[in-house]
Amino acid sequence: MAAIASAPHFAQEHGGHAKEHDNSLWSWVTTVDHKRIGILYGVSSFLFFLLGGIEASLIRTQLIVPNNRLVDPDTFNQLTTMHALTMVFLALMPLTAAFFNIAVPLMIGARDVAFPRLNAFSYWTFLVGALILNFGWIYGGSPDSGWFAYANITSRQYSPGPGMDYYTLGLQVLGVASMAAALNFIVTILNMRAPGMTLMRMPVFVWMTLVTSILIVLAFPVITVALIFLALDRMVGTSFFNPTGGGDPILWQHLFWIFGHPEVYILILPAMGVVSEILPTFSRKPLFGYHFVVYSGVAIGFLAFGVWSHHMFATGLGPIADSGFALATMLIAIPTGVKIFNWIGTLWDGAIRFTTAMLFATAFIAVFIVGGLSGVMHASPPAVLQQSATYFIVAHIHYVLFGGTIFGLFGGIYYWFPKVSGRLLSESAGKVHFWLTMVGMNIAFFPMHFLGLDGMPRRIYTYGADMGWSFWNLVSTLGVYLIIVGTLIFIGNIVWSVRSGVVAFSDPWDAATLEWSIPSPPPEHNFDRIPVVASARPLWDWKYGAAHSHESHAHAPIAGAQHGDDGEHIHMPNPSYWPLVTAVGLAVIAFGILFWIPMAIFGVFLLFFGINSWAFEPAG
Amino acid sequence: MAEHTGGAASAAHAHPTIRQYIVVAVILTIITAVEVAVFYIHWFGVFVYPILFVLSASKFVLVGAYYMHLKYDPPVMTWLFVGGLVIATATIGGLWALFNGFGG
Amino acid sequence: MTASHATATTHVDTSPDSGYGTTLRISHRKLLMWAFLASDCMFFGTLIANFITYFTRNEGTSPFTFLDIPYTSVSAFVLLMSSLTMVIALACIQRGDEIGMRIWLVATALLGSVFLGGQYFEFTEFYHKGMQLTGVNLFSSAFFTLTGTHGLHVTVGVIWLLSLVVVSFTKGIKSSESLNVEIAGLYWHFVDVVWIIIFAAVYLVGNTMTAPPLRGG
Repeated sequence: MAAIASAPHFAQEHGGHAKEHDNSLWSWVTTVDHKRIGILYGVSSFLFFLLGGIEASLIRTQLIVPNNRLVDPDTFNQLTTMHALTMVFLALMPLTAAFFNIAVPLMIGARDVAFPRLNAFSYWTFLVGALILNFGWIYGGSPDSGWFAYANITSRQYSPGPGMDYYTLGLQVLGVASMAAALNFIVTILNMRAPGMTLMRMPVFVWMTLVTSILIVLAFPVITVALIFLALDRMVGTSFFNPTGGGDPILWQHLFWIFGHPEVYILILPAMGVVSEILPTFSRKPLFGYHFVVYSGVAIGFLAFGVWSHHMFATGLGPIADSGFALATMLIAIPTGVKIFNWIGTLWDGAIRFTTAMLFATAFIAVFIVGGLSGVMHASPPAVLQQSATYFIVAHIHYVLFGGTIFGLFGGIYYWFPKVSGRLLSESAGKVHFWLTMVGMNIAFFPMHFLGLDGMPRRIYTYGADMGWSFWNLVSTLGVYLIIVGTLIFIGNIVWSVRSGVVAFSDPWDAATLEWSIPSPPPEHNFDRIPVVASARPLWDWKYGAAHSHESHAHAPIAGAQHGDDGEHIHMPNPSYWPLVTAVGLAVIAFGILFWIPMAIFGVFLLFFGINSWAFEPAG
Repeated sequence: MAEHTGGAASAAHAHPTIRQYIVVAVILTIITAVEVAVFYIHWFGVFVYPILFVLSASKFVLVGAYYMHLKYDPPVMTWLFVGGLVIATATIGGLWALFNGFGG
Repeated sequence: MTASHATATTHVDTSPDSGYGTTLRISHRKLLMWAFLASDCMFFGTLIANFITYFTRNEGTSPFTFLDIPYTSVSAFVLLMSSLTMVIALACIQRGDEIGMRIWLVATALLGSVFLGGQYFEFTEFYHKGMQLTGVNLFSSAFFTLTGTHGLHVTVGVIWLLSLVVVSFTKGIKSSESLNVEIAGLYWHFVDVVWIIIFAAVYLVGNTMTAPPLRGG
């Protein structure tokens, strides 16, 4: 620990706080600073992670013994649906967005994102979407048809309450938030890199952000259309998914999964990017096969659009379609495998320091492999006929999303927390958190493989004592309780360390990328002078001498002055409340559609007012 | 403000003239007329589909290259747009094949 | 964000709109619009794919009898011409001719409105002849959703163009700010290009596929 805290100070003589920021509520409400927006995303997403965790705990406790009556079947259906929706859209995606916001501009040597107000808009719109999606707990009942909402149980006839309307409108609004953010990051990454940072010198996390953003921008329009059709079916009486009106329920499945499969890569690629940053830092070796890791990420993104019907192998697509999608799915395992071997290659012969971040990143590899193996098994249509809609799938999902995404993102939290807060998280508490989570996660989810192969279907609210599933359900629930303990310790660690953690200087980990060259926390303008970069590991070049560059020593950034290149004062964008107003406009439209149409019309005017004021706001 | 000779045209690359824009418009009109003619002339049989596809694709390319300035702009914008287009076309093709071709 | 340098002797265009200070030498907003258009391709692609899936479900409303090709060819031509007027408007403001820009922007909005009027007329005709969004068949629902969404895009475009004209009258638009018009133009051309596809895929192909067999060759 001491060794880490005294690693070469790069740009900061004294620890802790540079200029004191305005910390008023209004400053947070009107912020357009990517670092603050990142914190907003991070805190919100973590709260929703806890909400999703509570929903999961209720599910698992209901299933802990056979014939349990903790919750009734209707509530159980809402819990399973909302657990998935909350975790995917309100926890994992926004937590990823938090990392995009905090790390990407810093890693490319930029002072902010390309469109700071659009960035703020994304966050507030996300909150609006989260509110709509969860409104059912307050009034009318939550969506209860599973997170993928297969038609036509979602029709007005079979789901008469407002639950599925919260689903269509909530996801639609969340889609707007994601699209806005993704467009922002595409422009930022392509157009705001520091001089010398070619695409192939970008950190892998930035590459994964770019690929993920392109996936979002191309996949979300599809779910937008699907949700419009579902909303029209429910509210106006069309029959896009209604067989009695001539429609085809399977069209929903196609549209949902054309979105849904890229969506799962949207969930995993950023975590893979985080792992690709952590492993080299704590192995004190460059990432093995940087080019291959990047190309694999791009290949995964591209192939993601060609495999969607592997979610539909049990729907009777026919042998040609089945074979085509099976082949494409197996193909996608190749770039994934390439990444795994490159990560192992990074660790190989490295001088490894097992900080908590490193523990999570290394565990990610192991646990993700398990999830990947069950995934490859799902690539086989005949196997899927048995596995589909059983707990085998649930096992796969949680190994890749919990063991994969969440482990990667926890690693990222431990890694970048010092940069954001100026303090290190406690390593001892961190290690306890890690081991409880690692052990708890495997106890919770590995038995689900057995349950699935044993025939236990998904989303059943209870089971008979004679099914033979009792033992592993009990074990699985106990694993979840372990995870809960670990999470509580994590929360305690954060709360304590923000005030009392060891002060972190600019570069506590002796890392290689640009964000570690500025103070922790960074000043509002990030870099006093935009650095010039000559490799993918600029800080290692500056600290230890470049292997192959003559420019590397010329432009190391210097802390202290608030002045830019020519002694000019650096102008940062002004705060603004128009992004919030515009997001509120969307909220008013959505709630108007749900409850009172005149309000929706007012909402349209509010939206236009917000957009107009935003467009003509003076650039201070 | 610094001196400008006006927007994107101040950069050193070529830029269509109004005359060229009008020429493009005339070509677009002719292609549309050909499309309609092809539709009415029943001689082509099943070939009418690829012919119509090629004709509307040419209109698409003309508008994109000249009116949307892609021909004169840095290639990244063409890549972004064509990328989206390719994925969209592949998806349409895939859905069509699944519904009307091989399955569903 | 880079500060802009106000040196009178520089040949370098340092305004934010020119892409000065960016990695690719492109304005951020232009890049944003192109990325957005790529995603809009997927959006309309999905709607078109849905139409193709459902267009054979047209009992009682044969596309051949409903889709009027001469009428739609004229409205397609109108939209194509609006792209021409749009690009002339942009050329005007790039030269500093703000009056010319206003005229040609209004012309574009006018042509767009003519297109919309034509759509409205066509839709009400269909409605009275029994082809409706709900309660008829999937061909009708898919048709109205696809063309209605396109019509909404055109409406947004017309509002955008007219608001540019209003700004021109109230604040003025300088030739150095021509990017604002250029970006509106990109959106407008895209909406035109989507109609090119819809015209071919829906009207021409759909009509051909459902035409009754000819007698005597």
